[in-house]
Amino acid sequence: MSNIYKALQERILVLDGAMGTMLQAYKFTEEDFRGERFKDYPTPLQGNNDLLSITQPEAIKTIHGKYFEAGADIIETNTFSGTTIAMADYQMEDLVYELNYQSAKIAKEVADVYTAKEPHKPRFVAGSIGPTNRTASMSPDVNDPGYRAVTFDELRIAYKQQVEALLDGGSDILLVETVFDTLNAKAALFAIEEVKAERQIDVPVMLSGTITDASGRTLSGQTAEAFLISVSHIPLLSVGFNCALGANLLQPHLEAIANKTDFAISAHPNAGLPNAFGEYDETPEEMGEQIEEYLKRNLINIIGGCCGTSPEHIKVIADIAAKYKPRQAEYLTLS
Amino acid sequence: MSDTVNQTPVKIKQSRYMKLSGLEPLVLNENSNFINVGERTNVAGSKKFLRLVKEEKFDEALDIARHQVDGGAQIVDVNMDDGLIDGKEAMVRFLNLIAAEPDICRVPIMIDSSKWEIIEAGLQVVQGKCVVNSISLKEGEEKFIWEATRIKRYGAAVIVMAFDEVGQADTYDRRIEIAKRSYDVLVNKVGFPSEDIIFDLNIFPVATGMDEHRKNAIDFIRATRWVRENLENVSVSGGVSNVSFSFRGNNIVREAMHSVFLYYAIQNGMNMGIVNPAMLEVYDDIPKDLLEHIEDVILDRRDDATERLLDFAETVKGTKAEKKADLSWRENPLQDRITHALVKGIDAFIIEDVEQARIEAEKPIEVIEGNLMAGMNVVGDLFGAGKMFLPQVVKSARVMKKAVAYLNPFIEAEKSDKSEPVGKILMATVKGDVHDIGKNIVSVVLACNNYEIVDLGVMVPPEKIIEAAINERVDAIGLSGLITPSLDEMVYLAKEMQNKNFEVPLLIGGATTSKAHTAVKIDTQYKNAVVHVNDASRAVTVVGDLLNKKTSNAYVAKLKKDYDEFRTKFLKRGKQKTYISIEAARAKKYKIDWETSSIVKPKELGVQILKQLSLKELLPFIDWSPFFRSWDLHGKYPDILTDKVVGEQATQLFEDAQDMVKQIIAKQALKPKAVFGLFEANAISDDDIEVKKKGGDTFVFRTLRQQLKKREGIPNHALSDFIAPKETGKTDYMGAFCVGIFGAQELAESYKAKDDDYNAIMAQAIADRFAEAFAEYLHKQVRTKHWGYAANEDLTNEDLIKESYKGIRPAPGYPACPDHLEKETIWELLEVEKLIGVTLTESLAMWPAAAVSGYYFANPEAKYFGLGKITTDQLEDYAKRKGIEKTVARKWLYPNLAEQ
Repeated sequence: MSNIYKALQERILVLDGAMGTMLQAYKFTEEDFRGERFKDYPTPLQGNNDLLSITQPEAIKTIHGKYFEAGADIIETNTFSGTTIAMADYQMEDLVYELNYQSAKIAKEVADVYTAKEPHKPRFVAGSIGPTNRTASMSPDVNDPGYRAVTFDELRIAYKQQVEALLDGGSDILLVETVFDTLNAKAALFAIEEVKAERQIDVPVMLSGTITDASGRTLSGQTAEAFLISVSHIPLLSVGFNCALGANLLQPHLEAIANKTDFAISAHPNAGLPNAFGEYDETPEEMGEQIEEYLKRNLINIIGGCCGTSPEHIKVIADIAAKYKPRQAEYLTLS
Repeated sequence: MSDTVNQTPVKIKQSRYMKLSGLEPLVLNENSNFINVGERTNVAGSKKFLRLVKEEKFDEALDIARHQVDGGAQIVDVNMDDGLIDGKEAMVRFLNLIAAEPDICRVPIMIDSSKWEIIEAGLQVVQGKCVVNSISLKEGEEKFIWEATRIKRYGAAVIVMAFDEVGQADTYDRRIEIAKRSYDVLVNKVGFPSEDIIFDLNIFPVATGMDEHRKNAIDFIRATRWVRENLENVSVSGGVSNVSFSFRGNNIVREAMHSVFLYYAIQNGMNMGIVNPAMLEVYDDIPKDLLEHIEDVILDRRDDATERLLDFAETVKGTKAEKKADLSWRENPLQDRITHALVKGIDAFIIEDVEQARIEAEKPIEVIEGNLMAGMNVVGDLFGAGKMFLPQVVKSARVMKKAVAYLNPFIEAEKSDKSEPVGKILMATVKGDVHDIGKNIVSVVLACNNYEIVDLGVMVPPEKIIEAAINERVDAIGLSGLITPSLDEMVYLAKEMQNKNFEVPLLIGGATTSKAHTAVKIDTQYKNAVVHVNDASRAVTVVGDLLNKKTSNAYVAKLKKDYDEFRTKFLKRGKQKTYISIEAARAKKYKIDWETSSIVKPKELGVQILKQLSLKELLPFIDWSPFFRSWDLHGKYPDILTDKVVGEQATQLFEDAQDMVKQIIAKQALKPKAVFGLFEANAISDDDIEVKKKGGDTFVFRTLRQQLKKREGIPNHALSDFIAPKETGKTDYMGAFCVGIFGAQELAESYKAKDDDYNAIMAQAIADRFAEAFAEYLHKQVRTKHWGYAANEDLTNEDLIKESYKGIRPAPGYPACPDHLEKETIWELLEVEKLIGVTLTESLAMWPAAAVSGYYFANPEAKYFGLGKITTDQLEDYAKRKGIEKTVARKWLYPNLAEQ
């Protein structure tokens, strides 16, 4: 377990790219999503990507393998929507434990194969914890700003279930990502702290927020630095940003936090902004060029890709990352 | 010496500093000033707040919080501990509401309760890093540890009261004993970050008359020093108003006591506190004698200090006199009061006065025709004589409407004849155009003069205008438009009126209209009267002359003759200027030396959106001068406020505008949204600019070139001259943007529904200012940040208005590029409609109306210019380049054609 801390000292670690974009290429049908087991399930299941860990495990494994092959050190479990809250859309709340457990297990198996192949480069599994589809600090009803569609406790309980299953399945790291509402993230961190205390274990936690537009704020309105302050009460492995923006637009926000924390800094941007068809079309080379700017500026410890990125992108990023030293926090000297 | 205040510098032990957050960070450092905690949202400390919470008037309760932040509170303390309210529910509800108010929740929250369940409920609804107020060892170490552990897990800082199992610390020794013990438990047993610990060392009253209270202030101050010098990284806070408790009712003494106390406490290391800024005197402004008496008490310098201050306090008692409105006019006779109310625009008493008039009158209609019209005639006379100004007249109209609305039911009930208006005027903003401030103002002014107004609103198709004119049997039609394509609509309508054999006069107004265009293009289409009226104050006399049956024939004949003469003169004059061919103009293009010219690559290429900006950030960018212009008050802001003629009115108007701006910000009634993009670009084929989007899609902007014959060596500009031509082999860049202010229409409607045209027009005028300010703000962000070619510029707002920045942001429809068609290209390039929802009408006006779109050029040599007139050869060339019919091109470029 402590391997990850050692690896982080030595080099820039590479996180994998998009899972959803890769799955799209398979063009899975409703039947493929259902598999034999959910043949007669009462709700439509197409689009429930997390379910594919159970119904199409080979595809998930293949994608994990491709990312390791491309040079990733860390892959994310296929569990972005693996909470009772997000799974309510598919009436699959009861399946949450199994989904997370299976996803982590599959990922861990693939990671172990690659670690065995190249023992000098241990591979890690990060249990992906998404934001859910509800926000705890904003009202979905414009006429009732005091209303909330979800409470802290509901989130905490849902996250706790997911965390326990992810750990049971073999996750080395927990990754709370695409945080658009800091209060949701705080509920996830609270749940993680509870599990850590109950099991008397330590688990490295990565936390990654999302800046939604050029105002430089999260969807819930916080500046990058305010976001950082709001999540710094837990000892994190890394803090950073992912999604919503391409690499170039993410840079100012990384700069805003890089010299204000002694946690490691992570980034997994999108492959540019979506074009008119909603597709991401930044090429690996274009994205690599931008990422290299981060590294030149000593901004990064963990780097990967979000929406629209592929193993080709990760390969280019990994090659570039190998040429640079990880960011050393100047801030460390203060504490 | 042990029990006096030490005035040597405190040696604070600190290696890490507290960081808190709301939407924005609050980070302490070695240079931090005293942190001010707002205390008014505390049911225990504010009776008003308690009442509002009890009555569930949360809107007003929020105003108190907002007022705190506006007043400089860096943290807002919220306390709901009261026996008569459900504290937990009230805390959650209020904090949730605060979370929806960016102007409040930008600062961190202090969750203040003596009940753990309320604290925890509060912690569960705030996204930022808060402060818990408070916990203590009062109920033992176990509970203290448990609560501190939870607070740490929620990610908050904590105030620890100097309180333990024995009781509250009231001496120097007890304070430091409890502080030390609490610190050790928190740091060693809980692992609580020491920089997140704040001690409240209990501020108790002095000058109570009891001997044991004499050292209350001094002990607090000395304990503060000990804590800051011995307990690493912590902060010290306290509720300051306690100290002056025995002087309740004497604010002058209390305010001075707070200042003196803080002066010494801060010197000794107190770095935050709960203070009511309104209850604080400036230390240096405290009169010497009062200061001496207070210092004697706070610092316990004399045995008789308390008695002496009590005696002295009697001499400084008294509260500051409040300014009251002069109501002496209420003593005057009824008609005088009604006239006064109308002239001054005061609506507070109009109903009561009108009711009295109604009782005295035989028929309710007489009140309108008699009392109210008498008043409005005074208004009309004053306005006509230039002694009243437009904003006042609109306010008068508001009072009039209110009075009429009150009387109408009585008039209906009597089924008597309605007041006979002197005429019925149809008003409309033509098809494709959305601007209606001017039209609304003219409508109000006419209505004041007893004309009935049929307002068809904006974007009114010609068929509808014709139909309404016939059905409503109107006496005149007024058309308004702000953008150039509206001119064609007006011409078309004049033709239609002729076809339908209309006889009523046609009034033309709006920013884009002119006497020349009216005379040359519209007057010739319609046999009856056509008048250009661009001034609300003229509208009344013009309409009066037109509709006066006795004189109208003569007036119309004179009008027709006047326009005919004007037309002849104008057409002659138009031919005096000479133009060169487009080829010759291109040969004289503005030449930038691309070998040496600096091209800066934008830091952020691509399209970005901005939807979460606070209107507050736009305030400093507002240029107020055009705002006054829209109310027919002419002059430059701020000089206009002190202008001899209009100064008083301008000041009043400006104050009303500030009030509305405050409300708009508080209620977020307007929402700014923007999209902008920076792209690779090159000039191609002389006058076009090719823009490349990421992913390879290309877009082409067509620019127009000046063709006026100029002196040798003076170039004929086109915007494409400011972008490196493709053949230079250099990659250049340009940008495009659109900003929009949403919600103005709804806001204006809500006022109109209350018969309040004054505020309806005000809302639209303010939205326009915000749109322009937003464009200015965004341009600055682009120059300094997103493009970054002027990262170090340091310009004042005045410089911005004077356009002293580098690079330009010309807008389609304005002098450098009068061609509205290019907006369509901007819309495609930036996906404006999809990303922020600003749409284009068929005349290419933007909706919402408070919107600005344009281009960014960064070259230091780029400058604003006016295109002037162009000739047919460029028109044909342009149509060909753009791939449109020549007739279409002519329609759009028509106002800029030299030969017409």
